[in-house]
Order: sequence, then structure tokens, then C-alpha cells
Amino acid sequence: MLKLEKGKLLEMHEKMVKIRKFEMKVEQLHLQGILPGLKHLYIGEEAVAVGVISNLRKDDYIASTHRGHGHLIAKGGDIKKMMAELYGKKTGYCKGKGGSMHISDINLGILGANGIVGANIPIAGGAALSAKLGGTDQVAVSFFGDGGANEGIFHEGINLASVWKLPVIFICENNLYAISTHQPMVTAIPNIGDRASSYGIPSFIVNGMDVMAVYEAANKAVIRARDGKGPTLIECKTYRFKGHYVGEGTRELTYRSRKELEEWEKRCPIKRFQSKLIDENILTQSLVKQINYQIDSEIEEAVKFAEQSPYPEPQEALDDLFF
Amino acid sequence: MREITYAEAAVEAIQEEMEKDSSIFYMGEDVGRFGGVYGTTKGLWERFGDERVRDAPLSEAAIIGYALGAAMTGMRPMAEIMFADLLCLAMDQIVNQVAKIRYMSGGRIKVPLVIRVPLGGLRRAAAQHSQHLESWFVHVPGLKIVAPSSPYDVKGLLKTVIREDNPVISFEHILLYKTKGEVPEEEYTLPIGKAEVKREGRDVTVVTYSLMVHRCLSAAEKLYEEGIDAEVIDLRSLSPIDIETVINSVKKTNKVATVHQACLRGGLGAEIGTSIVEAAFDYLDSPIKRIGGLNVPVPFSPPLEDFVVPTEERIAREIKEILQ
Repeated sequence: MLKLEKGKLLEMHEKMVKIRKFEMKVEQLHLQGILPGLKHLYIGEEAVAVGVISNLRKDDYIASTHRGHGHLIAKGGDIKKMMAELYGKKTGYCKGKGGSMHISDINLGILGANGIVGANIPIAGGAALSAKLGGTDQVAVSFFGDGGANEGIFHEGINLASVWKLPVIFICENNLYAISTHQPMVTAIPNIGDRASSYGIPSFIVNGMDVMAVYEAANKAVIRARDGKGPTLIECKTYRFKGHYVGEGTRELTYRSRKELEEWEKRCPIKRFQSKLIDENILTQSLVKQINYQIDSEIEEAVKFAEQSPYPEPQEALDDLFF
Repeated sequence: MREITYAEAAVEAIQEEMEKDSSIFYMGEDVGRFGGVYGTTKGLWERFGDERVRDAPLSEAAIIGYALGAAMTGMRPMAEIMFADLLCLAMDQIVNQVAKIRYMSGGRIKVPLVIRVPLGGLRRAAAQHSQHLESWFVHVPGLKIVAPSSPYDVKGLLKTVIREDNPVISFEHILLYKTKGEVPEEEYTLPIGKAEVKREGRDVTVVTYSLMVHRCLSAAEKLYEEGIDAEVIDLRSLSPIDIETVINSVKKTNKVATVHQACLRGGLGAEIGTSIVEAAFDYLDSPIKRIGGLNVPVPFSPPLEDFVVPTEERIAREIKEILQ
């Protein structure tokens, strides 16, 4: 089934586990009242970030969303600096000025999570324009959800990328809900990927719970982009196992049923990938345990780093506005 | 010295900088072979071609967003939005993205981006093509703003803002594009945040910018015939504002009027006036006079529009009110 090297597959698996465990820790710390602010967890959607970003190089760009932790980890983000940022500490990625929804690492090509839904679409397009004008073969990826696909900028951003044949890949993480609105309530057609034909670009509609399906679609899109053939839209059908934000609690049951949630949980992307890898003798139960242990301790270290880091001095609020 | 138009001076600045720095490119609506609706880019496409002078679709949000993404990744884009009114279509990208990226990143991402915005009433273009919305953007931390009033200033300021590593909006009054003025052949730049005393005077300070500089200067000449010697200050930059030059003048004249074409309510006159009160209250001999557009949308019919925009006569008359 899998044409990839064993090492690559294990790395993808490990990243998915790392995202899951990071998010579970964030949820716990938030509910304990330790982390301030808003958190949107990526639990359930790990196959999308990892499947796409495993195709990218360090010098490729991603533009992420309010639900961005998964993308950052998949692109190689340092979880110590991420956790410190979530704590609002000076050692965080943004020195405490950004928080969960604005983490960026320009050295890793992470143009930033973004608190405005859909707004990263032209930003990724602009990074792709840089690559084109600079004559490099870098690509840029924009992530957005089914909600973002209903913003006007979706149309403006994708049309322009197509007209200019830019090396950008648009990833729609369709988790079926824009906070509480179910996709059929607010979107005229069932497949957002079908909109690609309006822009004259190819699209793939894939099972977003299957990391290899996502990987393979993204692989074709990345090759196409590097070859100068222009953008691709990929719709990944996925699901968030948690509420829109941490703290939503049982309110999620106003818009989706427990039965639906349980159905999707059975399709857990990590369990699915693990059992495939075990079937192919790439992974063993004991290796899974070992990986879990190793990631748990990395996360504990990140928490410790964040907790021991100082807060910024209040007057540092006035720094970093201009170059 | 040679005289060229405001539009020519602006194009010269861009052309000279584009020749020196290959990371500069220009995008906007009708900026390519058409040369910009007001000649904002005349000749650039012929010189630099499709790649560096890019005609964009009518997608203002995408124009700004693409320029931002390019700025974040090593380019130095210039994005033109054809009218200030159309900035409304790009507000999220300008206010939530462009202005915030550097700060939100803890200062780690640089955004060298110029947004050029032709604007302005008195063209019988009515309510959706005549607005002066500059005070909205002055209110947003993270943006620098210039509003040059002469060919000399537009060239010097554009050269500076193109080299600036922060986002800058250049508001350029459409009626200024065809005006002529002296512009030296040799290289020069003007600093952001520095006002110019356009006319020295003893009796009253008039603080203004953009097209209104010229109306204020005419009004000052009229007032001079009546024995009133007005000092006219052209702010040139609206963010940051060179309040020091204003305060120094007020300390000398003890009276001040602010003049802008934008609606009076919530306009920059209020900001400048308050800054003067905070810094030089004891020097004021009379209340500050705010002169501005009347608080209605810009109407179409010439007598209506002429009524709502400050005229030389109104400026002179209202200034006299604080001298009595």
C-alpha cells in the first residue's frame, strides 16, 4: 500500500501522535484555568496537517488557521516555544504578543496561524507569488475550513492564484461545522472541492481521516505546483472530535449528536494509520508505547519550559510594532 | 529647476527604486498597459513588464493579501487600491493582517509593503468615489501614513516609503496628479513623520494636508490682504504626525485652525486639536477651530459638493472667527 520509506511513515505517525497529545495537554491546562485565552483543538484532524505537510520542504510556506497547532507541529514547530506562547510567556514564539491564534515561525516557513477565517488564503498566494518572482521552486499551502470556504476571499484568492498560475495548494479541512452551523445549512453544494472547476484548477476530494489518502493527493498538487502548473484545491473530509473551542462543553450537543461524534471517533486517523502500519510490520505495539512515552515526556518538558519562563514586562507591549 | 506633474514625480520615484531593487513589484487594477486610471503607473509596465507591474482582478482584498504574503517572504510589493472608497473592500487584510503581522509575530516578521491610494472629492464623483477615510487608518496601530501635497513631496516620500520595512499607506489626492511643481533631477528623499511649514506667519497656525494645503495657502493670501498673517503647516505624514512642528508654531501664533477635506466628525482635526490642548493649552488665546467636510456623504451636483467641501472663502471666514 505504502510507497514511502519506513522512516518517513514512522515520522508521519509520530507527528500525528505529537499533535494529538499536545492538544490533549492544552485542553487539560485550559480547563484547569492555567492557560488564558481561546484555544481551538485539532484533535481528529491530524491526518490532514500531516498528510499535506509531509510533502513540503523546510523552505516551503504554510499559512494556517485559528485551529493551527497541528499545522505548526507538522511543519516542525518547536512545541516548547508553542507552549510558552500559549502561556503568554516571553519565551513564546511571539514573545506573548500572539497567543494560540497567531503563532508564526518565518524560519520554518510558517506564515502564521490566523484569527480571521479565510484570511490566510491570499497571504499564502502572496508567498507563492514571491517564489514565482524569485524563480525558486518553493510552494505555499493555505489551510482553511468549510467555514472559510464561504468567505469572499476564498473566491478572490483562488481565482487570482489560478490566473497567475502560482505554486499554491489550497487545503479545505472540511470538518462539517463552522462553530455550530452544519455545512448543508450554509453551503449550497456538498463538495467544496467541486468549486475548483470555477477557477479552472484541478481538485481532489479525499478522506481526511486517512493520512495516506491526504498525502497522495497533496503529493500530486505539490509536484504540479513545483512544475509551475499552478494551484490545486484539495478538500479533506474530516471531523473535529472536540468542540469549536476549549470550554464549549456540552454545548456541542446543540448542533451535533453524540451518536454522530461516536461514529466519527471510530474513524480516528491515528488508530487507522497505526493499524495499517502494524499490519505492514512497520510499527509494533511496543514501539507505539515507546513513542507515546517519548512524546509525553517532550510535552512535559514543554510545559515545564513554559511554566518556568518569565512573563514579558508589561511595557514590552509597546515593542515590536515597527521595524 | 524643471517642473513635472505630481503623477510624473510619483512614477519617477517608483521607477528609480524598481531599477535599483528587483524585489520591488507593483500590483493593482489597471496599473499595467493602461498606466493607472490617473496615470499613477504611466510607463512602468513598458519598462518592467508583466511580471513586475501586475494587472490584478477587481479583488481588493486579494490585492492587499497577496502583497502582504509577498512582503512577508522577501519581496517589496507596492499595491494600489484605485480609490480610498475601495479600501472598504480590503479592510480585513489591511487592518487585521497588514497592520498586525509584525506585532503579532513578536517583531519577527517584516512587512515592507506600500499601499498607494488615490482619493478625493471635488471630482463630481459622488458618495462612493470621493471619500477621505484617512482617519480610520490613523486609528490603527501598525500602519504609517503619508499624504503628499506636491510633486516634490510625493517623489521624496514615495522613495522613502518604498525603502521602509514597515507597511505604509500613501494617500494621494486625485486632483493633485496633474498639478506641476519643481522636482530636482538629482536623488533626494523626505522623511516620514516630518511636517513642512509652507508659509510662515505670526497670527494664526493653519494645520492641513493633501489638497487642502493649496486651498489654505490661497486663503492665507486673502487673509494677508486683510492684515492677518497665517502660518500654514503641511503635515505630509498623518501617522506619525509631526506634532512638534505644530506645537512650536502654536506657541508663536497662539491660535490654531485645522483643515481637512474629510468629514469633520471623528476627523484628524480632533486628534490634532486635542494634542495641542494637551501640550500647549496655556499658549492658546482662543478655542481651536476645526474646519472640514460637512457631515454628509459627498453629494454629486456641483453646487452641493462645493458646499460641503471647505472652500478658500470658508477657510478664510472660519479662521477670521477665531481672530475676532
